[in-house]
Amino acid sequence: MTNHIVERASARLNESTLLEMFWGMLLSRRLDERAWALHRQGKIHFHISGMGHEAAQVGTAFALNRGVDYIHPYYRDLALSLAVGITPTDFMMSLFGRKDEYSSGGRQMPSHFSSKDKHIISGSSPVATQVPQAAGLAFAIQYRQKCGLVDPNDTSQPRLALACLGEGSTSQGEWHEGMNWAGVHKLPFICLVQNNIYAISVPLESQMAVANVADRATAYGVAGVVVDGNDVLAVYDVMVQAVQRAYSGGGATLVEAKTYRPVPHSSDDDDRSYRSREEVAEWKKKDPIMRFQNSLLEDGILNDSLLHDYESRARAEVDKAQADAEAAPLPDAEEVFGSVYAPLEEQP
Amino acid sequence: MTQATLIDAIRMAMDEEMGRDPRVFLTGEDVGRRGGVFRASQGLFDKYGAERVVDSPLAELSIIAIGIGAALADLRPICEIQFADFIHPAFNQIVNEAAKFYYRSNGEWRVPLVIRSPYGGGISGGLYHSQSVEAFFAHVPGLKIVIPSTPHDAKGLLKSAVRDPNPVLFFEPKKGYRAIKGELSEDDYTVPIGPARIAREGRDLSVFAYGMMAHYTTQAAEKVARTDGIDAEVVDLRTLLPLDKTAILDSVKKTGKALIVYEDNRTMGYGAEVAAVLADEGFEYLDGPVRRLTGLDVPAVPFSHHMQEFFMPNPDTIAEAIRELAGY
Repeated sequence: MTNHIVERASARLNESTLLEMFWGMLLSRRLDERAWALHRQGKIHFHISGMGHEAAQVGTAFALNRGVDYIHPYYRDLALSLAVGITPTDFMMSLFGRKDEYSSGGRQMPSHFSSKDKHIISGSSPVATQVPQAAGLAFAIQYRQKCGLVDPNDTSQPRLALACLGEGSTSQGEWHEGMNWAGVHKLPFICLVQNNIYAISVPLESQMAVANVADRATAYGVAGVVVDGNDVLAVYDVMVQAVQRAYSGGGATLVEAKTYRPVPHSSDDDDRSYRSREEVAEWKKKDPIMRFQNSLLEDGILNDSLLHDYESRARAEVDKAQADAEAAPLPDAEEVFGSVYAPLEEQP
Repeated sequence: MTQATLIDAIRMAMDEEMGRDPRVFLTGEDVGRRGGVFRASQGLFDKYGAERVVDSPLAELSIIAIGIGAALADLRPICEIQFADFIHPAFNQIVNEAAKFYYRSNGEWRVPLVIRSPYGGGISGGLYHSQSVEAFFAHVPGLKIVIPSTPHDAKGLLKSAVRDPNPVLFFEPKKGYRAIKGELSEDDYTVPIGPARIAREGRDLSVFAYGMMAHYTTQAAEKVARTDGIDAEVVDLRTLLPLDKTAILDSVKKTGKALIVYEDNRTMGYGAEVAAVLADEGFEYLDGPVRRLTGLDVPAVPFSHHMQEFFMPNPDTIAEAIRELAGY
């Protein structure tokens, strides 16, 4: 199924929203860069990056009812999580494994985003597990509507579920089973595949025999869209359509955002063993932040002085987040025993 | 009070819970119009509709994952896996996901999910309709595991499972679905998850069992009482995780001897943990070896009748094991 965009939803975005989107991408990048530096300095044990994916994520976030619609993210979704309300301090606390760290109390590795308040679902590390679960969240939304437990137009309630993953993860059976439910039940569901061409070292052509992940949408009876994942407004446009489809009972959408990871898979990876420096340099020219920045500068929405302010503000926020996290205590060893079983009293 | 079968009790529990709470729904293969291949959900589709009794695609992993997602969204799913033998594709979703959500989110995300599945041999189900899978999951903190052996317990424990804020695996001894009968109240009662049940009081030795083996063990104990004058105490464990250590130790403190009966493969089976608890915390009460009577250490239960019967403990072999240990 192809999507013909007649009118670009992004054309209706006002300047302050465009700048907010730019800020979200920039903050994520600067925070991400700091995490790499902290790892190289030996201050943190692990970082897994969302660099290069900021446009795909921010374009998506801004099309959602943020904090209300369910998001089941994956480990590259830093910019998405920030756009939904995770703070730089939250992220730094997880990098440093601090006490009361927001996502898991210091149990999970960093970048396993979670916040019940913000309807960000806790993820694991085995890939694609979140896809059929997110279909389950979408099923619950539809169930409540069908059973008259909620008003379908109530915007204070979640009206769709989004799952994110990489293209390599679509090789998993779990992805297939989740997509199949979404198709069979016409669920209010969006699957965002951030296709960065590599599953750690394994390139796309060793992962799948078709050109696009979104080509598979037909097989599930859902809409499929390929979008330039480095163009934040193009992503926003297709996501607005996908969101409308979900909200209006039109079913699920498989969105494939084509992008690139300009850094190694994680702090433990060395990408020089599987791809050329020339390839990486070529993709860096298509950097989504630089691209959006240039377009905003050209349109006179952004100027050098404002850009300088954003950069200073980003540095200050990242500095403060790091300082706060470094000053925070570590969890007590005995906290290992906490939250194994939910107590019965919690049951309403 | 009426006489009812195990499967009647399970159906009644689901019916009552669906009637009580509109968030409770059932999904699984053939649970809808067909009412389940064992008829556990017979009548529920007509009563509650396709919205709440949902035929799933033929994909077990997705049945559990959809249930997890719905539970995260505060519904109360009951997921039926048609045979426990087919639960393995969902292992990742159960062990890595359902069991770890509460822990990995520091107590934020709960998974109030019930997974019901018939298990065990004796119905000519061959390798893939006879398995006992409880030991795989009993190793996983974050899960609860329940195996009833009477209609009263099946209803009360299943209602507790639906109301529990944690993922509960509810394994049903399918050979007993219609073979096990007992008193069943139509009252809205629950049986708490956790405590074991003394199925028969006795002084000479303790026999620990669950599911079909608890039913058989009670028969065997009555028989040896009549024929040999041996007074065996039968402890139906009912909840495998968390394990009721107190009940185990209290019983052996009284009798001094322990036999554990389970139909799963012997090695690394559930009874090994019961034996370890006794060796560790009940050593001074013991007046004999801790014995196990179990299924065989072969890959699965064969189809052909003689092999199947040879694989499984039964009231006669249990009676013999009781006599042997009582005489030690």
